[in-house]
Amino acid sequence: MSGEQLLIVLSTAIAAATPLVFAVLGETLSERAGVINLSAEGTIMFCAMAGFAVALASGSVVVGFVIAALIGALAALVVGFCAITLRQSQIAVGFVLALLLSDLASFLGVPIVRVPGPTVPPLPLPLLSDVPLLGPLLFRKDALVYLSYIAIALTWLYLYRTRPGLTLRAIGEQPNAAFARGADVVRLRYLYVILGGALMGIAGAAFSLDFKAGWSHRHTGGYGWIALAIVIFGGWNPLRAALGAYLFGILQSLASVAQDQFQNVPTQVLTVAPFVLMIVLLVLTSAGWLDRLASYFPPATRRRLLQMLRTSPPAALGKPFEQD
Amino acid sequence: MAATSQPSHAAAPSAAVLPLSLVYRVGALVAALAFVGLLILVVGESPLSVLGALISGAFGTADQLGRVVNTLTVLLLCAAGLVFTFNAGLYNLGIEGQITVGAIATTLVLRLLGEALPAPLVIASGIGFGLLGGMGWGLLAGVLKVYGRVSEIFAGLGLNFVAQGLAIYLIFGPWKRPGVASTSGTEPFPESLWLGTFGRTEATPVGVVLALAALALTIVVMRRTYFGLRLRAVGLNLRAAHVLGIPATRQLLAAFALCGALAGVGGALQVVGNFHRLIPTISGGLGFLGLLVVMLVNFNPWFVLPVALFFSALNVGSLQLPLVLRNVDSTLSGVIQGTLVLSALIGRGLDQRRSRA
Repeated sequence: MSGEQLLIVLSTAIAAATPLVFAVLGETLSERAGVINLSAEGTIMFCAMAGFAVALASGSVVVGFVIAALIGALAALVVGFCAITLRQSQIAVGFVLALLLSDLASFLGVPIVRVPGPTVPPLPLPLLSDVPLLGPLLFRKDALVYLSYIAIALTWLYLYRTRPGLTLRAIGEQPNAAFARGADVVRLRYLYVILGGALMGIAGAAFSLDFKAGWSHRHTGGYGWIALAIVIFGGWNPLRAALGAYLFGILQSLASVAQDQFQNVPTQVLTVAPFVLMIVLLVLTSAGWLDRLASYFPPATRRRLLQMLRTSPPAALGKPFEQD
Repeated sequence: MAATSQPSHAAAPSAAVLPLSLVYRVGALVAALAFVGLLILVVGESPLSVLGALISGAFGTADQLGRVVNTLTVLLLCAAGLVFTFNAGLYNLGIEGQITVGAIATTLVLRLLGEALPAPLVIASGIGFGLLGGMGWGLLAGVLKVYGRVSEIFAGLGLNFVAQGLAIYLIFGPWKRPGVASTSGTEPFPESLWLGTFGRTEATPVGVVLALAALALTIVVMRRTYFGLRLRAVGLNLRAAHVLGIPATRQLLAAFALCGALAGVGGALQVVGNFHRLIPTISGGLGFLGLLVVMLVNFNPWFVLPVALFFSALNVGSLQLPLVLRNVDSTLSGVIQGTLVLSALIGRGLDQRRSRA
């Protein structure tokens, strides 16, 4: 593979990963607060359809994104209501919504199947796009892609460098302790689940208005489940999760290159990769093999290594909050 | 006097509670139907004509009825298996993969034995290997859960994609049709390897017997055996069950194995009874639909049959909707099924919240 080809692969990977980046950031926020939003598959699909339909009708891509974010937030509100207020199984409600919204998207989206519509216009950044290598790789994209860079940085900073971020992590780890220290666990969980849902809505519209423009039956099929896997792979850290999304983007764009060489293996086979990686990583970290591996390294490196590869979920993930 | 007043006194609160619970249940059903009716109006059709089309699509001809029965058999096998995992407190979202691997195992046997042995023997061993394949895939999720501490939800979803990837790889690679490989699946098996049917319909007696036997077995095991009791104990409180000396690990693995095995038989039926070849979407989403069925009946095996029949009729009946009514897509079946379950979950939650208060 020549250098130029590599650059194209990486550049395509960034574009392909952008919707997933929004999705994994949203899911990470939600899960960090203690609520699994298992509806991702359906939310992304429905918001892709709705975002495209609205943009088509209004002629404005921005309106499409706003409505998609609102619908994503609304779907997350249903998950939040069932999980937080009604204390029902988060898995049950998320799973049902995943199936229901996928089918609802197909049901309501019939009139706009394969209709050409508006897309996010390219926007090369002045000066930055002329930087050798990095310019064409990162800065000859569109506003949405730049927004995704900002979203990654902001989410990370918020989680690890601000006081509300600390509280967010606390309500997912030790909700009772956080409550005792004055955090309104119920309200905050609602807030982050809804915020996460809005990001998933944006992810949906990012498919239908940008990376995979248009709408067809099961247009974003599988991406929601992949996002869930990447969040785990990313160890509930927004930076690592985003990295996971880019890794998946690279796999995808490599697959389309490899298609020329291995014609009899369709690209769908490669979508298996993130799941296999997720399972392997989870097994390695939870079964103590990671600790054994780390013990061969000097203490300083050992701590860094464990920090880097650790994948323990937020302690209260999936559990309803009951005030003592 | 005092003796007679006591029972009625004790019964009074429960008599007051029961109808209110019922109100929530009926309310959930009405809300779901109203929502679906509204959606149909939104796309510009009348709910009544959709209902008519659904009924005639599912029961109009013997052929369609046969398809409902075939869908029902696979759905029943999955739902019966899921009763075990749900009662053990597990969300076996990996059931789609268990169907797929069962179907792959069956296809493998049919390809290997082909016409070397008498057809009934080949079909029987095909179904047997389907069972083993599904069981193995279910146990894999179980081992990951029990020994690797990987949540069965995410391991299951991941294993679904792995199984699907394997099926696609086989269809496009080693098992591709002579000529060009395509998403239409492998080369169909000769008719001698098809499961016998009721008359000219597609419904297979063997499938019906297997599905009903699986459901009966599930009811008996869950309601009449120590195994079922222990399974429910593990599901209610894993730690308490462990402390009381119930081998929780073995119970969980057994639930995965049983569910996987039944799903595997479902996958085998998809191959020998329905499609007569391996296709990429061999599970047809019936595993996920089984999850909805069992959630809707709140894990109670007695109600599985009527709900599964209703859902199967919806699946088959909706297929011809777009042909009869221009604006109505066949995904309406999924919309109805999902809305019913979501609405039931919310109704149940509101009901519980009320009794907590």
